Amino acid sequence: MVAKTDKKELVKNGKRLDGRDFNELRKIKITASVLKNADGSAYIEWGNNKVLAAVYGPKEVMPKHLTDPSKAIIKCRYSMAPFSNVDDHGRSAPSRRSIEISKVIKEAFENVVLLGEFPGSEIDIFIEVLQGDGGTRAAGLTAASVALASAGIPMKDLIYAVSVGRIGEHVTMDFDMIEDNYSDSDMPIAVAPRNNDIVLLQMDGGLTRSQFAEAIQMAVDAGKTITEIQKNALRDVYAKVAEKYEKGN
Amino acid sequence: MDAIDIVKVNYIKELLTKKTREDGREMLAMRPISVVHGPIEHAEGSAQADIGATRVLAGVKLMVEEPMKDTPLQGSLSVSAELLPLASADYETGPPSPESIEFARVVDRGIRAGECINLPELFIEEGKVWCVYVDLYVLNYDGNLFDAGSLAAMSALYKTRMPKYEDGKVIRAETAKQLKIDNVITSTTFAKIGNSILIDPTKNEQDATDARLTIATDDENIRAMQKGLSGSFSVKEVSELVEESFKKHKELKGYTTVD
Repeated sequence: MVAKTDKKELVKNGKRLDGRDFNELRKIKITASVLKNADGSAYIEWGNNKVLAAVYGPKEVMPKHLTDPSKAIIKCRYSMAPFSNVDDHGRSAPSRRSIEISKVIKEAFENVVLLGEFPGSEIDIFIEVLQGDGGTRAAGLTAASVALASAGIPMKDLIYAVSVGRIGEHVTMDFDMIEDNYSDSDMPIAVAPRNNDIVLLQMDGGLTRSQFAEAIQMAVDAGKTITEIQKNALRDVYAKVAEKYEKGN
Repeated sequence: MDAIDIVKVNYIKELLTKKTREDGREMLAMRPISVVHGPIEHAEGSAQADIGATRVLAGVKLMVEEPMKDTPLQGSLSVSAELLPLASADYETGPPSPESIEFARVVDRGIRAGECINLPELFIEEGKVWCVYVDLYVLNYDGNLFDAGSLAAMSALYKTRMPKYEDGKVIRAETAKQLKIDNVITSTTFAKIGNSILIDPTKNEQDATDARLTIATDDENIRAMQKGLSGSFSVKEVSELVEESFKKHKELKGYTTVD
């Protein structure tokens, strides 16, 4: 984020260090239903990020006193492997950062999951960052969305997330780790693409009103690409299932 | 254990009266094994081991720290394990369970007792040594964590790079050399259910297990053992299982030492 005071050159010849344009996403690849035990799961490679998401449920609420007789509750755990970073070995206890991220991701999904369909039950979302390179919460949420869909949990929309922000005078999308550390503003956003409702929004640094508007628009426009990748991951799984049944297995 | 688990345990026991297993394996046959080497580029070493549906990812990080007080001239090894709630409906978030601690310690013991890592070589200067951190991440659980964990950890260590250390600073972007591996161990785990003994138990078989035995060996020596659960083995049984472990070691070692 914007903690570092020492400046680092992030723009060379009008391009970013990895050669991307300012509104260009890194390569995103999603595979759905990758874990055998989970009810739904997805693995995402977003640039150098490698993130696993798994969903269990709807199931009985533990501990019981958290039960809501009118709807399902969502629990979410976002966590980073101690070896996920290029830097030192990470601590294993959940950090304050992880706890906050878990909370805002949970709240984003509470917006779209049809909780009323499963009164008195619990849906667990687990996001494990195996390798992090900036934008892990966006990658994690985008994968978790696919995991929920692959678990057959009804949702009113397939949400995605992306980080936008600013490097110097450039409004920029999808920071990698170096950009994340030295950018002038960072704003992770999750969008429900049907009506472009914003279901997660965090921001730090500095943006003018017009930069903010431009950044939001960039995040919305990225939805066309990201949503398609999410849907294709789900289609691939069901194509495989269909193939299996057509063969008569 | 809930009702459905008890039904499965009874099923496993019934199958064993007919000398069969739920997946049709021979008593001393392992499930299919595969190892992916180096999936996590950000770690200094990594490997993902699958034994059947059990999947364990091991990541290695190297840190420069003060040596342990009792071993001032050598580096150290630390193995931890996380039974991630994403790996099984039975795993919960929270502090490490006795199961995860036993898992980490059994894997640690094999590698340590096998003198796989040359700890004196990790000495840098007075008061500074390399510490090797191995984290075992269970991604999907279907029994026999110990063998999958040992395989993942050993494979990750086998190709671990050491960052450059210069003027009191670790430069992780640069590799000084490979971590020196002196020995390769593998482990095999056996489950005794009633009078039957089988290798590489699945989750359901593990739930039905009366006694469990894990044996880690290298080419010549037994390096570590761990008996678990409330049942027992006879001396003859243990001797036979040791022989079987040496046989399996030849097979398993090949997955670790791929270049």
